[in-house]
Amino acid sequence: MISQFFILSSKGDPLIYKDFRGDSGGRDVAELFYRKLTGLPGDESPVVMHHDDRHFIHIRHSGLYLVATTSENISPFSLLELLSRLATLLGDYCGSLGEGTISRNVALVYELLDEVLDYGYVQTTSTEMLRNFIQTEAVVSKPFSLFDLSSVGLFGAETQQSKVAPSSAASRPVLSSRTDQSQKNEVFLDVVERLSVLIASNGSLLKVDVQGEIRLKSFLPSGSGEEFIGGSQGGVWDRLLAGVYGSIWWLSLMFFPLTEMRIGLTEEFCVGKSELRGYGPGIRVDEVSFHSSVHLDEFESHRILRLQPPQGELTVMRYQLSDDLPSPLPFRLFPSVQWDRGSGRLQVYLKLRCDLPPKSQALNVRLHLPLPRGVVSLSQELSSPEQKAELGEGALRWDLPRVQGGSQLSALFQMDVPGLPGPPGQGPSTSAPPLGLGPASLSFELPRHTCSGLQVRFLRLAFRPCGNANPHKWVRHLSHSDAYVIRI
Amino acid sequence: MPYLGSEDVVKELKKALCNPHIQADRLRYRNVIQRVIRMSKLDQWGQAEVLYFLLRYQPRSEEELFDILNLLDSFLKSSSPGVVMGATKLFLILAKKFPHVQTDVLVQVKGPLLAACSSESRELCFAALCHVRQILHSLPGHFSSHYKKFFCSYSEPHYIKLQKVEVLCELVNDENVQQVLEELRGYCTDVSADFAQAAIFAIGGIARTYTDQCVQILTELLGLRQDHITTVVVQTFRDLVWLCPQCTEAVCQALPGCEENIQDSEGKQALIWLLGVHGERIPNAPYVLEDFVENVKSETFPAVKMELLTALLRLFLSRPAECQDTLGRLLYYCIEEEKDMAVRDRGLFYYRLLLAGIDEVKRILCSPKSDPSLGLLEDQAERPVNSWASDFNTLVPVYGKARWATISKCQGAERCGPELPNTASFATSGPLIPEENKKRVQELPDAGALMLVPKCQLTAECFEKTWLHLKVAHQQVLPWQGAVHPDTLQMALQVVNIQTIAMSRAGAQPWKAYLSAQDDTGCLFLTELLLEPENLEMQISVKQNEARTEALNGFISVLETVIGTIGEIKS
Repeated sequence: MISQFFILSSKGDPLIYKDFRGDSGGRDVAELFYRKLTGLPGDESPVVMHHDDRHFIHIRHSGLYLVATTSENISPFSLLELLSRLATLLGDYCGSLGEGTISRNVALVYELLDEVLDYGYVQTTSTEMLRNFIQTEAVVSKPFSLFDLSSVGLFGAETQQSKVAPSSAASRPVLSSRTDQSQKNEVFLDVVERLSVLIASNGSLLKVDVQGEIRLKSFLPSGSGEEFIGGSQGGVWDRLLAGVYGSIWWLSLMFFPLTEMRIGLTEEFCVGKSELRGYGPGIRVDEVSFHSSVHLDEFESHRILRLQPPQGELTVMRYQLSDDLPSPLPFRLFPSVQWDRGSGRLQVYLKLRCDLPPKSQALNVRLHLPLPRGVVSLSQELSSPEQKAELGEGALRWDLPRVQGGSQLSALFQMDVPGLPGPPGQGPSTSAPPLGLGPASLSFELPRHTCSGLQVRFLRLAFRPCGNANPHKWVRHLSHSDAYVIRI
Repeated sequence: MPYLGSEDVVKELKKALCNPHIQADRLRYRNVIQRVIRMSKLDQWGQAEVLYFLLRYQPRSEEELFDILNLLDSFLKSSSPGVVMGATKLFLILAKKFPHVQTDVLVQVKGPLLAACSSESRELCFAALCHVRQILHSLPGHFSSHYKKFFCSYSEPHYIKLQKVEVLCELVNDENVQQVLEELRGYCTDVSADFAQAAIFAIGGIARTYTDQCVQILTELLGLRQDHITTVVVQTFRDLVWLCPQCTEAVCQALPGCEENIQDSEGKQALIWLLGVHGERIPNAPYVLEDFVENVKSETFPAVKMELLTALLRLFLSRPAECQDTLGRLLYYCIEEEKDMAVRDRGLFYYRLLLAGIDEVKRILCSPKSDPSLGLLEDQAERPVNSWASDFNTLVPVYGKARWATISKCQGAERCGPELPNTASFATSGPLIPEENKKRVQELPDAGALMLVPKCQLTAECFEKTWLHLKVAHQQVLPWQGAVHPDTLQMALQVVNIQTIAMSRAGAQPWKAYLSAQDDTGCLFLTELLLEPENLEMQISVKQNEARTEALNGFISVLETVIGTIGEIKS
C-alpha cells in the first residue's frame, strides 16, 4: 500500500505528483525527498529513506526518480518491483521514458496512475487490461517512420535478412496509434546478456557470470485471452471449464481471436549441470525462470516456449550461467608495466585481443584503468587512428569505437608520476607495478552475439481470423558488459 | 475501474480473514484459505498480497501446516522476487518449530536472492543484499560458495559496494579467504576514499579470524603513504591488537613511519594509544610521542591530547629514561596553558598520581593490554532464524536493525504523544519498552516469555531495604573456574538488562555481586552472586517481590546463560 507516488527529474523538479490516500502532508514531500537525497551522508543508502512517519522508496530509471512513499513496513521487494513495472508501463504508453516524454504526456500518466493504483493498492499492471480504460493518446515528439534508415542501430534482423530496423524502432508507444493501423504489427524479441568477468593478473579466469533475459516487446493488436479469463466472475466456472477442456486458455482460443506465439530456442539448451541434450557440449545454463504466462508443455521436448503475447514489454525468460562458458571470452588483455621509480616514469603497454568469431564485432569498447595518484602527463601511441585515449578522474580511458573479431589492438602509454613511493623494501625494481594502478575494466557491446550461445531458432505467430497482414518480427541478440575486470 | 480478477480474490480473502465468524470457525477459515491458494490466476501483486494475509493464519496441526506448505511451494519458484520473498517469509514463520524446514527454504531461496543481487535494478540489488546479510547472521556458511557473486564492479554505486564488502566480510571461510582478501585488497586503493576505508575495515574484521594474512596486507597498504589509508589501517591495528594479542609483534614492526601520514584525530588517537601501550617493543616510540608533544599547542582535538597524556605516562613506566623530560613538559603545558577543562583535569590527575609514588601509578595504569573475550562478546553467536523471521521481507533489514530501532522509536513517540497528553511522559515510554526488549531478549535462546525492562534504576539503599525484607525464592549453584573480570560480567549482564548494584573488585575473596532486574509487569528480581574461591562454584540466590514461578524460571535461565557464556570464555 503506498501513500504517494511522484516522479522527479534528474534535477529534482517534480514532474508528476499523486496522493492516493490523503494521509500525509502535501506536495512539498517531493521537495523534501530531493533535499534528503542530496544531503545524504555517504555511508547511508538512498534507496529507502525516512522522514517523520513516512518511508521514501525510489528507483532511478533513465535519469528520473520514481518515488513512492508509505507509512507501513511493507515488502521492499514488491514495492521496488512495482516501481520498475510502473516505469516499464509508462514506457509502453508514452514511448521511451524520459523527462521530455513525461512532461508531454502528463494527462496520460495521471490517467494511468489512476487505473493502476486505487487508494494505494495495486489493481493491475497489465498493459493489455489497462488499454480498455485509457482514453488519452500519447504525444510523440517525432513522427516515427520504419524506413528511417539513416540511423542503423544494433538490430540485426535474422528473420528478415534484407531489412534492418532502426534502433529507435522499439522505443515508441505501444498503443499510441489507435487509428493508424499500418504500424501495428511488429514484434521485437531481444536476447540480452550481461557479462561480468574477473580475470587474475596471471590471465586465469576467476569469475564468469552471465545474466540473460529474453525480452519481448509486442506491438500486435490485442490478442490475449486474459480479458476473458480475468473478467469471468467467480473462479468456480473457470475451474469447472478447465476440468472439462483441459486448460482454460485453449477454450478461449476457440471463441476469441487470439495470437499464439511460439519461440523456439536452441535445441541443445540444457538447464542445470547434469542435463545432457543433443551432441557436443550444448548450451548450458544454471538456472532458468519463466514469466508466469509462458506455457512450457513443449519446452521439455522441443525447447519451445508458447505464449500469447500481451501488448507491451514482457520478460519471457531469465537465466543465469556462471563459471562454465562454452565460447572463449570476448576479450583478453595482455598488459605490461614498466615502472622506473627513480625518474617517476610509468610505461604501460596494453595489448587487447578480441576473441570473437571473425564475422562479429564489438562496439563502443572502452577500457578504464585507474592510475596512481599524481599522474601529470600522458603520451600515447595507439595502433589505429580511430581510437582515443585520455586522462580523467585519476584514471586512463581508452576508447575503441569498433573492434573486429579476431583482431588485436595495442596501445603504449607513458606517464610521469612524480613523488610516488614504490613498494617498500624492494629497491629500485622495474617490474613491480606501483600501487594504485589497475585493475582495468572494460565496457563493450557485442551485437549479434550471446556469450552463452543461446539463440532463438524461430519466432512464429499463429494468427486467428482477425489478423491482417503478416507481422514483422525482429529478433536481436546482444551481449554487453556489466563488469569486465582484469587485474594488473 | 471495475474490479478485476485478481482484485476480486484479494478482496474475498480480506473479507474472509477479517470476518469474526469465519475466524471462529476453523474449518471454514481453512477452506477459504485453501480456495484462495488454489487460485493460480492471480497476478504477482495479488499473490504477494495473499501471502501477506496468510501470515495471520495459524495451522491447527502439523499435518495442516505441511499441507499448506506443499500448496505454496510453487510460489518459491516464481519469477517475481516480491512473491518469492513473501513466500519465504510465510514459510519461515509457519515452520518456526521446524528448523530443518526453515533451512531447506533458505536453501531454495538462495537462487532467486542471488539473481536479485546481480539484478540490473540497483535498488532491488540493494534490498537483496540486505536480506543476504540477514540470512548470514543465522547461517554463516550459507553463501560461502557463491562469494564471487558479491565482488564489486567498478560502475556500481557506493551504497551497493559497501553492502557487498560487508557481505564478503561475513561469508569468509577457510576455502575462499585467499580470494576474498585479494579482492578486498584491490578495493583499498579505490578512488573513493570512503570505499577504500570501508574495505580496510572489512579486512580488519576478517583479521579476527585470519590474523596473519590480513596483517600482512594491511602492512603493505602502509607503504602507499596516503593519509586516508594510513589512518584507517592504524585504527584497525589498534582494535586488532586489543582483540588478537598474537599479532602485536607484527603490528609493532609495521608502525614506525606511520606518523608522517596521519592527520586526522581518529588516526592520531589510535597511533598514540598503540605507542603508549606497546611502546616497549617499538624502538622509536618515545621520539614519535615527543614530536606530538612538541606540536601539542597547535593540536585542535582535545581527545588527542588526553590520549597523549595517558600514552606518555604509560610509556614512562616502561621506558622512564627516555620519557621523563617529555612527560614533564607535557604535564606543565596541560596544567599551565591548556584551556580545555577535561585535558587540564586529566593532567592534574596524573600529576597527583605521580606524586603518590610510582608503584601506585603502575597499579592504576597497567591494565591488561588485550582482551580477546571482548571480541566474542561483541559478535554474538549465530542468531536463530526465528529472531528475524518476522522482519524478513520488510523494511527492517533494508534500514538495518539499529536505524530501524531509532525510526520506530520516534514514530512510536509521535503516535502516542498527542493521544494521551496528560500522561505524556509515561505513555510515550510505555508501548516502547516491550518492543525494544523483545529484540534484545530474543537474542538469547530460551528466554521464554520473560521481558526485562532496560532502564530499571534501583538505588543501592532501596535495593538493600528490599533485599533484607524478602526471602530467598531460589538458590542454585553453577560451575565456575578461575577469577572474575567484573567489567566483562557487568557488560554481559547489561546486554540482557540486568543492572549491577554492587560488585567486589577482581580477585577479592570471597567475591560477591548484587544484581537487580525488573520485568515488564513490574516484578523485581534481586540476585546475589557469591564465589567462594576454594570450591570453584558460583552460588546464586534470587529474591522476588511477587511470587511468580514462571517469571522466576525465565529470569534464572537468562542469568544461567550469561554466566555460562562468561564462564566458557574464561576457561
